[in-house]
Amino acid sequence: MQRRQFLAGAGAALAGPELLPHLKSSAAWAAAPTDTLVVAVATTINSLDLHRVGTNRPSYQVTVNCYDRLLTFDTKTMPDGAVVYDYTKLKGELAESWEISADGLSATFKLKSNATFWDGTPVTAADVKWSFDRAVSLGGFPTVQMKAGGLLKPEQFEAVDDTTFRIKFLRKSKLTIPDLAVPVPFVLSSKVGKAKATDKDPWATEHFHRNPMGSGAYKIERWDPGQQIVYTRNDKWVGGPLPAFRRVIIREIPAQATRRALVERGDVHLAFEVPAKDAREMKEKGSAKVVGAPIDNCLHVLATNLTFEPFKDKRVRQAIAYALPYQQIFDQAAYGRGAKMWGGPSSAPSSIAWPQPFPYSTNIDKAKELLAQTPFKSGFEVPLSFDLGTAEWGEPTALLIQEGLDKIGIKATIDKIPGANWRTVALVEKKLPLHLENFGGWLNTPCYYFFWSYVKGALFNSSNYDDAEMKQLVEETLHLEASDPAYAPKIKRMIAKAFDDVPRIPLWQPYLDSAMRKDIDGYTSWFHRQPDVRFMKPAKA
Amino acid sequence: MARSSKLAIVGGRLAEALPALIGIIVVTFLLTRALPGDPAVQFAGPAADAKSIAEIRKSLGLDRSLPEQFVIYLGQLASGDLGQSISTGQPVLNELVTRLPASLELTLAALLLSITIALPLGILAATRPDTWIDHLCRLVTTAGVSLPTFFTGLALVYVFYYLLGIAPAPMGRLDIVMLPPPTVTGFYTLDALIAADPATFRAALAQLVLPATTLALFTLAPIARMTRGAMLQVLGSDFVRTARAAGLSGRTVLLTYALRNALLPVITTLGMVFSFTLGANVLVEKVFAWPGIGSYAIEALVVSDYAAVQGFVLAMALLFVTLNLVIDIVYTLVDPRVGGEG
Repeated sequence: MQRRQFLAGAGAALAGPELLPHLKSSAAWAAAPTDTLVVAVATTINSLDLHRVGTNRPSYQVTVNCYDRLLTFDTKTMPDGAVVYDYTKLKGELAESWEISADGLSATFKLKSNATFWDGTPVTAADVKWSFDRAVSLGGFPTVQMKAGGLLKPEQFEAVDDTTFRIKFLRKSKLTIPDLAVPVPFVLSSKVGKAKATDKDPWATEHFHRNPMGSGAYKIERWDPGQQIVYTRNDKWVGGPLPAFRRVIIREIPAQATRRALVERGDVHLAFEVPAKDAREMKEKGSAKVVGAPIDNCLHVLATNLTFEPFKDKRVRQAIAYALPYQQIFDQAAYGRGAKMWGGPSSAPSSIAWPQPFPYSTNIDKAKELLAQTPFKSGFEVPLSFDLGTAEWGEPTALLIQEGLDKIGIKATIDKIPGANWRTVALVEKKLPLHLENFGGWLNTPCYYFFWSYVKGALFNSSNYDDAEMKQLVEETLHLEASDPAYAPKIKRMIAKAFDDVPRIPLWQPYLDSAMRKDIDGYTSWFHRQPDVRFMKPAKA
Repeated sequence: MARSSKLAIVGGRLAEALPALIGIIVVTFLLTRALPGDPAVQFAGPAADAKSIAEIRKSLGLDRSLPEQFVIYLGQLASGDLGQSISTGQPVLNELVTRLPASLELTLAALLLSITIALPLGILAATRPDTWIDHLCRLVTTAGVSLPTFFTGLALVYVFYYLLGIAPAPMGRLDIVMLPPPTVTGFYTLDALIAADPATFRAALAQLVLPATTLALFTLAPIARMTRGAMLQVLGSDFVRTARAAGLSGRTVLLTYALRNALLPVITTLGMVFSFTLGANVLVEKVFAWPGIGSYAIEALVVSDYAAVQGFVLAMALLFVTLNLVIDIVYTLVDPRVGGEG
């Protein structure tokens, strides 16, 4: 019982030392127990440096919580009370202010003059430049993400003076400024970086891999790889309001059942990212507070590969889109935790909202009719693949799809593909005839989604969809301001093509749900799908 | 005489192990390369393009030919470097050094527990065939093998942690309010004792109870069954009849003559159980967030983390060689024929 009281969150009575007789080796914990937050996550953090080769997705949370970027997104409150980031509103994190030049071809940032790294040295424009140079030079994911915002070369970045930083644009793009607020362009100490750089490792990735030096809200107190990471608050943080919790323990708990038991018992404050089934059950049972929001610009889709003979025929793809048992999938695989993406009113999109429901719903007769017009009217066999890593929703979805396709004579055999192999066969080689895919774009514009998934050769275009008009539309809209009069008609045309050609058949837009104790508040849903603990706080009694 | 024969056995076993180790090094190297996944793609991260995948392939050294990679690997091995695990971002050696003791502590605790139950249970069942204790033995062993550890583990967590609240939170080797004891053996319980820190010892022991029980339930079955079977056989043999006829007390016959002879197959079973438990406790490690070697190896396999898989297999191979050696030595102590006693 002691530890439950020990952790008894915020607001509750403090566990006195008499309850903790054996804490002699952990005096640090005992000092102020009520301001410690314990978070359970599923996956291993493998590096403290996002720019380094091989850093995995779960490690991005370190960048979010321990480093600052020039800008960050503001937050908004959804009708159901969930707090989510607001793509349309940017605010300064390290930047005090910024302005775009009159010709629209550069941006100048004024840094907060009182921002310091944890070692006390001030954050200067030179540090920002060094960090940006690093992101565009190291290759791999950070460089790709910078490129998405039109940030390609070190020559684009200029430290004008200590607190003035300028970016020259290669072209005008609406993605450049938002791309500064994603986790990638974070600012490290260039002094430490330069001191630790070697000929083989000019950007000191081996050093920052284990020893971060940033200006962010939390510092790393300890990192036990494969077990836990402990953050301590940086009381001198100027990037935003001071976080409520002085210490945050991120524990890796691989088994979902265990994470759920822990949060329901109250031994952890937050179980980050719970599957839809548990989210719904805990919500109904009231055993924990479940907060979630649809993930922006993300869809769970059934992708048909156009290199597979029958899928070359648009009518076959449409037939499949009419044969899917959407509602059943939504109930039994998504457990209702998502936004419906079927049954749209018209084949002509009325808005540029994305994602929006496609104009298909379960209609077996129509599916049969469409299929009958093709050479494949007697049906065919096709493997239906999904990533074992997403089996929680992938497996029930695949089974229901298999059932639906069976009704129109298509025999699907289920093919589960493990981890590393998935990316290779599905996304790089793009050779899976029929598969489940769930790309989500960090930058929340429809053209960005289409750029990654509807253009020939794009990584997430696992359908091998190749259409000249679509390609041109994406090129024309990707950098265009949304306020430009040409933008909306082109986006509508893109969406209408996606409706009609359906290389990707949307099933639903997923939620990212997390479960927390009722005395915890401030959970925010982010596009990067990582726990941002900086806003977490005790709930007001 | 006895000593030199024992030494010869030890030396012989060690010599036999060498070719096996070399074979293991070659086979694991080739097998990891035959894994279907492409680590460069995996570690290029989301939204990587062909160019960045190629860059990563180069930085991982995977653009070189297989023989070249093998020579580099051998060179690293010779200098004691097992390489860097890409999935955890740590040197493989460090990982093994921290994770192996965690798994060993759990496995040994489980075996200790299961031996203390299985041996008496097996002996009692053998001496009283078809009584209630024999049926109990049969029930326990059947249940033990047929219940998957994942299920037993979750059931124990549900009852003792979730419902009753008497077990500590299944969050790994130590409660989050505790710090690990200074490392000597890597076993938290032993290290805490060495550091004369009873509080940490109790905490580490408390964390150990449920996962060790889960594994013990699983390992109990083969040990109890083997004990019962071996005892039945020995008790029916001529020398026991002779001993009884000679008027030796039942206790002496049972423990000195019968049990000692029955122990040999039991020890063999124990060795086997130990080895498969160490490899097979992945699921238990997952349920209890135990930072052991099994879950590490599985994660590494899933993401085609070559260095980690190779390091793991090599470590296990070394461990098994040692284990078999230890069992052989124990044989010589237990078996009068091997030991040359008397």
